[in-house]
Amino acid sequence: MSQVFAFVEVVGGQASAASWEALGVARRLANGAQVVALIFGENAASIAQEAAAMGADSVLVCEDATLSVYRVEPYAALLAKLVSDHQPALVVGVGTGRTRETFASAAAETNSPLLTEAFEVSYEDNTLTVTRPAYAGKVQQKMSASGPGPKYLLVRGRAFKPNERDDARSANVTTVAPVLSEDQISTKVESFEAEVGKVKLTDAAIIVSGGRGMANNPATPPPGVPDPAVWKAQEGFANVLQPLADVLGAALGASRAAVDAGYISYDHQVGQTGKNVNPDLYIACGISGAIQHQAGMRNSKLIVAINKDSDAPIFKMARFGVVGDLYEIVPALTAELKKRLGK
Amino acid sequence: MRIVTFTRSTPDTATKVEVDAKGHVGWGDVATVVNPWDEYSLEETIRQAEANKATSAVLAIGPDMHNEALKHSLAMGLQEAYRIWQDGLDVSDSLAWATLAAAAVHKLGDVRMVIFGKESVDTASDQHAYQTARKLGWTMLSYVSKILAVDLAAGTIKVEKLLEEGKQVITAKLPAVLTVMKGINEPRYPNFMGIRKASKAVIPVWSAADLGVSLPPASTQVVAFMNPPARQVITEIIDGANAQEKAAKLVEKLLEAKVL
Repeated sequence: MSQVFAFVEVVGGQASAASWEALGVARRLANGAQVVALIFGENAASIAQEAAAMGADSVLVCEDATLSVYRVEPYAALLAKLVSDHQPALVVGVGTGRTRETFASAAAETNSPLLTEAFEVSYEDNTLTVTRPAYAGKVQQKMSASGPGPKYLLVRGRAFKPNERDDARSANVTTVAPVLSEDQISTKVESFEAEVGKVKLTDAAIIVSGGRGMANNPATPPPGVPDPAVWKAQEGFANVLQPLADVLGAALGASRAAVDAGYISYDHQVGQTGKNVNPDLYIACGISGAIQHQAGMRNSKLIVAINKDSDAPIFKMARFGVVGDLYEIVPALTAELKKRLGK
Repeated sequence: MRIVTFTRSTPDTATKVEVDAKGHVGWGDVATVVNPWDEYSLEETIRQAEANKATSAVLAIGPDMHNEALKHSLAMGLQEAYRIWQDGLDVSDSLAWATLAAAAVHKLGDVRMVIFGKESVDTASDQHAYQTARKLGWTMLSYVSKILAVDLAAGTIKVEKLLEEGKQVITAKLPAVLTVMKGINEPRYPNFMGIRKASKAVIPVWSAADLGVSLPPASTQVVAFMNPPARQVITEIIDGANAQEKAAKLVEKLLEAKVL
């Protein structure tokens, strides 16, 4: 077989941790063939050595100024050109906002097949077969791509393991030229406002999530607050759930009911119209477990439910359940974890 | 000038979707709704068309179940609706879908902006929007949380885009394809007059031939649909005299399960 490409996503001059899962999948599907890592953007050359340690046999890097801030146009143009020139059997990446766009655009340029969100994958006799969610995770879909020519594949984050790191490995590094010059690119990034210190839901090994029950906060709102329930829930997310998330290094999630009620911003929403997550541990606090929410978190390895209502559907999905007021249980849990984890 | 959006009918998010013994996906007798993400793109299309003195048009690709979404769109206030379909058309492949979408945009003519919802909650995902942009050769602006300015004379657009690690402000050249996020606007509910007018509307159907497209064999195939394996979980309720005792027992269990 010809070589297999693995796309390394660079964010802020560093390879995203999930990128190494792409190298893991590439190595497995390559079945002995060469694995080539593609690294575009800021610091690409210095990431190349890390890619070798994580399983790349060779690396193609492009560090041009047009690629230092991610934009789909120059990234997809370069990816499509490299794929056309090298004709790899497969182009493997881990699905994120950026890679979904870059892969789809590059695949459209050469009319190559693209299969996304794969959590099971095989490659035999030139046929790529994946299992992926459909109807927002309520059912699964098996899809395949066959025939000659490169095939693009995006796997779900945290669904596959990276290779064992081996710092003794080295790889041939080749610098490639960008395809588009600045005046051929139709977008300009005027400004960027970073949100710092937040653990991303889709990367998180642990998620602490709050629902409608967040409004049962016993804290007393200050006088003149327009909506006491909203104040209570917001206060609860910030001062009761966030400390639990902090001690666990977890991301903060929420149900759609909590987001729609204005308890927390939309970027925290887990579920069918929010983010689809698959952490090792999902702690659902005051979440009843509506079907939309289940669709977004059912792939969590272990689910803990904390809810006052012992009939809440979330308990049917949970390995461990605590029936009780989250405003009593969560602070006790935070204190106990601090003690046990030595923080 | 036109501003165009695409939509589709999907099962309501609260609906149970299942695969039957024959391998078909179904959701019983429950009515479909407009793909939830499209509420925002439909609203934004109406607003942008009004602000820029353009005609708003909505398209769907697929069988007649998608008329429901088109009628909802007309009831909201979209001015034109079209459906692309012919018997035997396979649009499960995103490239085939995007090829038809781009051809339909060309057929409409004088389109400066195509606005998509962030993704679709059925089998279509977000790759359809990106590939439509590529097939058109237009600027792609994804995850747009605000349209800050549109200057048709200068052919430019300025948007705020959400990233996983923050927000960007981007200026770009038109024509452009956008995907817009929940929160970009407050979608309106169709009023009675709108619903009445939409119910009488006859929606033109264009075939691939009408669009001048002959599709190559699809590059991807749907092999099967399956129900996800049931979660094999035995729930253990943690008991205790008080919150502290329950918390201590739970932490013990989580340490044993090696998830901390």
